[in-house]
Parts: sequence; structure tokens; C-alpha cells
Amino acid sequence: MSKITLDNLSHSYLDKQNSNADWALRDINLDWQDGGAYALLGPSGCGKTTLLNIISGLLNPTKGKVLFDDKEVTSQTPVERNIAQIFQFPVIYDTMTVYENLAFPLKNRGMSDGEVDSRVKEIAEMLELTKTLNNRASGLTADGKQKISLGRGLARSNVNVIMFDEPLTVIDPHLKWVLRSKLKELHQKINRTMIYVTHDQTEALTFADQVVVMHEGQVVQTGTPVELFEKPKHTFVGHFIGSPGMNIIPCQLDNGIAAIDGVKVSVSSQIKKSNFSKTEIGIRPEFVSFSKEGLPVKVLKVSNTGRHKIIDTECKSGKIKVLSHSSKNIPSGSAFLSFDQKYTYAYGDNWIIE
Amino acid sequence: MNKTINQKAWLFVIPVFILVAFNAVVPLMTVVNYAFQETFGNNVFTWEGTRWFKQILRSERFHAALGRQFLFTGIILAIQIPLGIAIALTMPKKGIGVPVCLVLMSMPLLIPWNVVGAMWNIFALPEIGFLGHTLNDMGFDYNFTQQIGDAWFTTILMDVWHWTSLVVLLSYAGLRSIQPAYYQAAEIDGASRWAVFRHIELPKMKKVLTIAILLRFMDSFMIYTEPFVLTGGGPGNATAFLSIDLVKMALGQFDLGPAAAMSLIYFFIVLLVCWVFYNLMMRNEVQS
Repeated sequence: MSKITLDNLSHSYLDKQNSNADWALRDINLDWQDGGAYALLGPSGCGKTTLLNIISGLLNPTKGKVLFDDKEVTSQTPVERNIAQIFQFPVIYDTMTVYENLAFPLKNRGMSDGEVDSRVKEIAEMLELTKTLNNRASGLTADGKQKISLGRGLARSNVNVIMFDEPLTVIDPHLKWVLRSKLKELHQKINRTMIYVTHDQTEALTFADQVVVMHEGQVVQTGTPVELFEKPKHTFVGHFIGSPGMNIIPCQLDNGIAAIDGVKVSVSSQIKKSNFSKTEIGIRPEFVSFSKEGLPVKVLKVSNTGRHKIIDTECKSGKIKVLSHSSKNIPSGSAFLSFDQKYTYAYGDNWIIE
Repeated sequence: MNKTINQKAWLFVIPVFILVAFNAVVPLMTVVNYAFQETFGNNVFTWEGTRWFKQILRSERFHAALGRQFLFTGIILAIQIPLGIAIALTMPKKGIGVPVCLVLMSMPLLIPWNVVGAMWNIFALPEIGFLGHTLNDMGFDYNFTQQIGDAWFTTILMDVWHWTSLVVLLSYAGLRSIQPAYYQAAEIDGASRWAVFRHIELPKMKKVLTIAILLRFMDSFMIYTEPFVLTGGGPGNATAFLSIDLVKMALGQFDLGPAAAMSLIYFFIVLLVCWVFYNLMMRNEVQS
């Protein structure tokens, strides 16, 4: 049980780094509180797995430090760090039975047979593997095998952190739901730090208390699911989280006043700086509505998703999506949009201006 | 669904049928013919039934050759399989070392068998060969042309040199196909090096190793050219393995009937051992 600190962490798989693109991870500074349920969210190739492997000790970072409870562990092996990690594809030991698979990490650490037995039975009960305990592990289906992988990760009760690297990729959709709730329930029961890597926002938002969003090797925002939704710190977070994602519209910035197509837009915070190469306004479709006056747009398309209507509109600077309750009437042709000021943000070079 | 009936399709099978007939069925049937009959030339045959089979199965000479054959195959398998796996495990996994090792490993496999025999014959000659001369200089009384132990030692060494590479290449391919996650998981589970080998590497290599063992069994069981060139089956009959003995009987003594019967028995032994072995190895694979 410990707090994990990542101090100025950078990693590259190349021997020499010439540009930012040569780094898999750049300047990561993060604190993982003891007992938290975290999700590491980002698209494929953004460095999630690299970060995970550095925390577990499978990889040595090129620069920076990893600390467990303020004690440096950067050069320690996974065994010394006492962590558990579950991988994307099920890893099982073919030669062993299900029971032996679950007992393996415990026996390797010299636990007595009696302790091993009770622990294995407890885990098997939790994952509904009791009936197959004496079967050979190699004969199971993909999700059966992944349950064993999960079981081996959860078997040790004293680990510092349990890390999941997209563990539900190979699982059937209906079982995905079951296993995810099980993990959540487990977290509440055993109160261990858990880090869950995924590229699926639903998975991240339902599992975690704190979501860490990564983009091109950097952490762009850490926050609760609500914070990520209501106040994205980076345009990537706005795009990536939410369905449909945030509207990002190019804007002009003059003396702290933002304007789209010459129409003034009020944003939630005061704009103090203005020396950016690119300035944009971000507003979620949920907070855009039709009104009598405001930003003039053309209505392009209306899609009905059942409870909501998604309306595609276009102003001179770009497209804007509007989410509206499906019972509301939608104007056709020309219309005006108004933005909810509380949820309207200005972004300079993709980062929020505050 | 109704199948279309089209007897013309047989036409497409005929070329293959002719090919197989000439390279396998006709020669084999000739052997079967000889195995049940006696001939003194001029294409005159008399029926002998199972006489040659009984004769071969009761002959001490056959028993001795068969014994030598099993001993030889057993020894080279016991050396080549573990040695091949060990070399594959220590081979580099990336960098310039990989192609270098692979090319070096393939070299012995590319040398024609009679050249291998001739090379080792000269290499091991006690007076002028590098190996033979060095061993004698070191104080060993080594002469593979006269001493049975030395002849066996040299033949086995030659076969190990020639064929271990095959096991290495197959094992290496098997090892390279293991996902890194397996090693990572084992590291996190705190597995020892031996446990990684026993529970990850060996099971994942099972299929290629089955093929390696089958190939090495068949090839070594039918070995002819290399020991023929190296020792000629001697000294005496000490290294006269089944093929060498068979050729002696067929072409040396011209005992065509017994030689044909021996060929068939020989053939069935190879077939039987391979079948039993393969089924044993694959017994658990079917379910998964």
C-alpha cells in the first residue's frame, strides 16, 4: 500500500531523440493516491502502456524517477516493487491447472500451502472459477483465460498497486460489463490502488474516480469524469471525451475579448494572455442552443438518436454540433446560436486560457 | 445441397496419379513382389510366402543392426534436442547477431551428406586428420577405423555437428513467436528462470519440438551416406546401421528376397514409431 509519484518522467525507445515525436513519454508528473481507482485514457499509441510498464518496473525510464511512498524505486524489479499487472491478452501457464495458475504467484513468494489454498479458493469464488479449478487452463475460452489472468493479478493481497492494461479487449461485450462491475466492486472491497488503462471512454469513466487523459506521450488532464466533461483543459480532452465531442471553433482574440465571425462570445473565465499562434473556442454540443440572436449559422443536418437530436450547423469559421432534446423544434435554414457562458472556454495553442 | 457429378474431373487427377505411381507405388510394389518370392534371374519367380519375413525377424544379424540403430538414434536425440534448445535459448534476439547466428547455424545443413562423411573421415584420420592427430597428441589412443568406441564417438559427433542446427533453428523460431507479455507476466508473478522455461518456453515450443524430434528420428533412423563414407559400417559391423546392413544384403550378397522383406519391416518400424510418438505428443492438443 503506497502512494506512487512520477517525477519528471520521460521515455524514448530510440537511442537518440531529435524531436518531440521521438519521445514515447514526455515530462510526466503525476501523483497516484493510495487506494484510488484511476483510469489511464487515451488513443492507441499515446504512451499508456509505456507508462504502465515503467510504473511496474518492466521498463526503465530514459529520464526521471518513480517513487513509492517517496522512496525511489526507479531501478527496482517488478518483484521488488511488489505490484500486480494484468495484460491485454490472456497470459496463462498452459501446463498448469486453473488452480495451479492462481497459486503460482503466491508459491513463488514462499507462501505456505494452507494460505495459498484459502487465498486461491477465495479468488476463484470471486471470479466464479470454482467449478473449473481442477481443469487444465489451456482448454478454456479467451474470457475464461483472461479471468485467470485477472485472478493471478488479484491473488496477492499485499500489492502496492494493481494495473490493468486494457484487460477486457478479448472479452465478450456482455461479460465485459459484468467483469467491469466486478472490478469496481473489488476496488471498494480491497481498497488497493488500481490503474486501469483503456482507450474506451465509457470503460474509463465508469471504473475510475480519477481519469488521466494522455495524448501523444503527455498527460493533458487529470480529473474526475465530471471535470473532464465540464472543463476540458486541452482541446484533445474535449474531442476525446463525450459523444459527440466538443465543438472547437477558430476564433479571434482582441484585448481579452473572443469573437467568432466577428460576433462576440463570452467565455467562462477572463482572458489575460493573447499571444498564441492558434486560438479557438470550445463548447460542448450539450451547451449550445438555438436563440433569436447570436452567432448566425446554417442548419445542415438533423440526426435523431432517440432521446436527443444532434444538429449539424455551419458558421463561416467552421462546423458546430448542437445537442437538443428531441421534443424541441429545430429551425431550418438560417438560425442563430447562443452558448452557455459557464461552459464556454477559450483555447490558445490547444490549452485552455485561464 | 446436391453435389454435381462430373466424371471428367478424374482427368485432373491422372497426372498426379502417374507421378505418385512411378515414384512411390511401382518401386514399393516391386519390393513387395520380391519380399514374397524367390528368383534366380531371367524373370522367373517362385512363391515363398512369409519365409523371408520369418527369416529376417529371427536373424541375429537383423536384431543386432536394429539394436545398433535404436542405440544410435537414441543417443543422437538425447544429445541434439537438449543441445539445440540450449543453443536456441542463448542466441541473440535482436541486432546484427541474429543474421550472423542464423547463417552460421544453417551452414552444416547445406553441405551434401557424402561431403560431410568425407570431411569427417579426413578430419578424424588418426595420422593426418586434425581431430585424430590432436587427440593422439593429447595422449588418447584414438583410431576410429579400428576401435569400436572411437568409431561410434566419431559417427555421433559428426551427426551432432551436422544436424543440431536443425533443432536450433526450429526451437529458435518457436521461442521467437512467444508474446513478450508472457515473460512480463512471469516477471511480475516472480517466476524463476527455470519456471519460465518449464511453464512458458517449453510448452510454447512443443509443436516445433515435436516436428524436430520426428524429423531427427526419421533421418537418423534411415541414416546411410555419412556413416557409409566415414566408417563403411566398420570396424567389423560395429557401425553397420539398418540401411548399411540392408544395402550389404541387397547389393553385396544379392539376397533380394530377404532384403525386400527387411525393407518392409524397416519401413513399418519407422512408420509405427512416428505414429505412436505423434499421437502421444498431440494427445492433449485436440481439445484446445
